[in-house]
Amino acid sequence: MYDAGKIIIGLIVFLIIITFPVWYNVAMGNATYFPQLEYPADAEQCVADSAYIRASHMDLLNTWRDQVVRQGIRIYHAPDGREFEMSLSNTCMKCHNNKEEFCDKCHNYLAVDPYCWDCHIEPKELVP
Amino acid sequence: MKIDRRKFIKFTGLTTVGLAGTPIVRALTGEDSLLTPAKPAPSLDNPLTAKRWAMVIDLRKCISKEGCTACIDACHLTHNVPDFGNPKDEVKWIWKESFEHAFQEQEHEYIDEKLKNAPTLVFCNHCDNPPCVRVCPTQATWKREKDGVVMMDWHRCIGCRYCVVACPYGSRSFNWRNPRPFIKKLQPDFPTRSRGVVEKCTFCEERLARGLMPACVEACPEKALVFGDLENPESEVRELLKNNYTIRRKPALGTQPEIYYII
Repeated sequence: MYDAGKIIIGLIVFLIIITFPVWYNVAMGNATYFPQLEYPADAEQCVADSAYIRASHMDLLNTWRDQVVRQGIRIYHAPDGREFEMSLSNTCMKCHNNKEEFCDKCHNYLAVDPYCWDCHIEPKELVP
Repeated sequence: MKIDRRKFIKFTGLTTVGLAGTPIVRALTGEDSLLTPAKPAPSLDNPLTAKRWAMVIDLRKCISKEGCTACIDACHLTHNVPDFGNPKDEVKWIWKESFEHAFQEQEHEYIDEKLKNAPTLVFCNHCDNPPCVRVCPTQATWKREKDGVVMMDWHRCIGCRYCVVACPYGSRSFNWRNPRPFIKKLQPDFPTRSRGVVEKCTFCEERLARGLMPACVEACPEKALVFGDLENPESEVRELLKNNYTIRRKPALGTQPEIYYII
């Protein structure tokens, strides 16, 4: 191989540059970062099991939306027997009233941009 | 005791501050209801139901109160309807149209002077045979089978505006711009719309679900708007239809509008 030294050094430099974000985050101690959410102080349990909500809240909200808007069913019967109005603004955000410290924390971390709040109103917007 | 001018002014000043301070202290300590108490949300247990919702508008009563916009204001406030301030972008759920425009078939040269220029209240007719529903490619608008309300699903609207073209009553408005900044007072329990979505009157289906009459009916000071079940022979709307001559907008089109006018 001609110029083996140059090529190998070049490859090593290339690898270092391309993996730089990984090294950087490990060096800065961000590798184990997990968003710390602010949970509502006065509510004990969400409408369903926390693990289920964490993984599938978007499916639940989609189901709620379809049931309320298209079928006119407005009451959610939680697995533990409680009843809730199916409403993002009037049920979810009554407890989780800090969108920035709850919804946005995870959504930003995962780089997802749900358009719920294009129309639905977050509690903060109501403060004049 | 002798009071000089200096003492007198000090004394009156302190008294004024004391009087003004009381309500502030009360509000802060939560002793008094100077801060408006939160209204309890009406429950979902007793919804208003019907087989066929319809409305009768007594135009005589409506016209008699000149310049009244109570129903329009109530509706637009309740539903976060934006006010863009120009007719090109206008979004409206309920508005006033001159009689000869609202009822083109009824218009003639020698029409009753009172009616000729009468501002006539118009909004979505919640047709039995709604042309907007036929043309919607995503079924974002549909007629609810259980009570005949022509519904809107703003999640599903793609903004093609076929329905705006199909509606012969001009009841549908399109959001050409983001409506959020143009809403004067946000109502938290009702969503706004986003840019590129069509909106219209929904007969206040979210209020019916809570057992409340539509906002316009509740707001009318003349009780000129009557809302009720067309299929129920005992209902107030049927009573009015039986005892008065009523007309509908553009009946010849076969859309079967469900807003009736007593003229």
